[in-house]
Amino acid sequence: MSEKKASAELVKGLIKENPVFVTLLGMCPTLAVTTMAKNGIAMGLATTFVLVCSNVVISLLKRVIPDSVRLPSFIVIIAGFVTLIEFLMKGYLPSLYSALGIFLSLITVNCIILGRAEVFASKNSVAASFLDGLGMGLGFTLALFVMGSIREIMGAGSFFGIKLGALADSPMLIFIMPAGGFFTLGIIIAVVNKIAHKKPPKEISCANCPSASLCNKPDSERADCADITEVSGI
Amino acid sequence: MKELVLIMIGAVLINNVVLSQFMGICAFLGTSKQIKSAVGMGAAVIFVMFFASMVTYPVYAILERINAEYLKTVAFILVIALFVQLVEMVIKKLMPPLYKALGVYLPLITTNCAVLGAAITNVDKKYTFAKSLTNSLGTGLGFMLALVLFAGVRARIEDSDIPKTFKGVPATLIAAAIVSLSFMGFSGIV
Repeated sequence: MSEKKASAELVKGLIKENPVFVTLLGMCPTLAVTTMAKNGIAMGLATTFVLVCSNVVISLLKRVIPDSVRLPSFIVIIAGFVTLIEFLMKGYLPSLYSALGIFLSLITVNCIILGRAEVFASKNSVAASFLDGLGMGLGFTLALFVMGSIREIMGAGSFFGIKLGALADSPMLIFIMPAGGFFTLGIIIAVVNKIAHKKPPKEISCANCPSASLCNKPDSERADCADITEVSGI
Repeated sequence: MKELVLIMIGAVLINNVVLSQFMGICAFLGTSKQIKSAVGMGAAVIFVMFFASMVTYPVYAILERINAEYLKTVAFILVIALFVQLVEMVIKKLMPPLYKALGVYLPLITTNCAVLGAAITNVDKKYTFAKSLTNSLGTGLGFMLALVLFAGVRARIEDSDIPKTFKGVPATLIAAAIVSLSFMGFSGIV
């Protein structure tokens, strides 16, 4: 693999194909754990670890895993690494372990990981899959960090736990509440759309969904989950 | 009995799975474009969540017996994946009308974190079998409620004149913020 191609694999996940802001995957942890910048980074790095490991292993096993049982096999591999990171965090970072709570276990069903396994790792070399996992993971971490920073600064008046003068006296609590999560993400995506000057994605579709292939429809017809009923003539 | 009712109300309204716990957001945003698909997805989730918790409860009991609780994530996701496959085959054979209504949504549910989330919550809170089933049913109903309500809100947004930058996803998320805000009103009723 040439150096140029390698850096392209790594960088694409950061901005151009950022899993959260552009392809709209992994929304649950993005909204749930980003009440503090620290939690966002921790969640991002834990997911990066699982993503890199599962990408490498799945890429190594791509010739061994039969096509018909590939999704269950991928999920088991991913769940194995999730259990590993749960143990590591419980042992070394108990406070973060309890802050992330159930969402640490739920990395297993993060669409980004299964999506990269299905779209990339099961078709590409080990080195490329490693870089792809690392890039996507760091892009996810970046997104969670941005979300966490905004919500912590606005909602708690602090940044990484350091109080920020006047903001800390009367913080806008709404930002660290569930509603603030949806609101912040909506604004960020609007800003990204504006900067990118591209036509915003018309709808949230399940074209990116890792299970989309199971809907048994060609890509062109799989544009939107909401249209499933029409497409299949139900 | 009183406890079961409280768990139910808590799961449906106060700790709504989508709007305050942020589980199953992908399905929430993906299938809430029309009320019809929202109802279909909601029904499929209730069905799978309820029966999956019926299966994961004994599985966890076995894991506890052999001191392997740490395997719960692996075991649960496997059980859910197998269960979804099984349900799909069984209802296709025995109940074609139900399959027609729910079939297309079933494969998407394996990776819906609300189902795994409910199963893990049940064991984390050390619920008994009856409480687990109540909690799962409530979580599923809460999911459907949020989905159907939001489908109604989204139908209105589609027709309204909003700034170009906010069209599509951003407007949808901000609408979700407002719906989530309204659910905050339920906190404290139990």
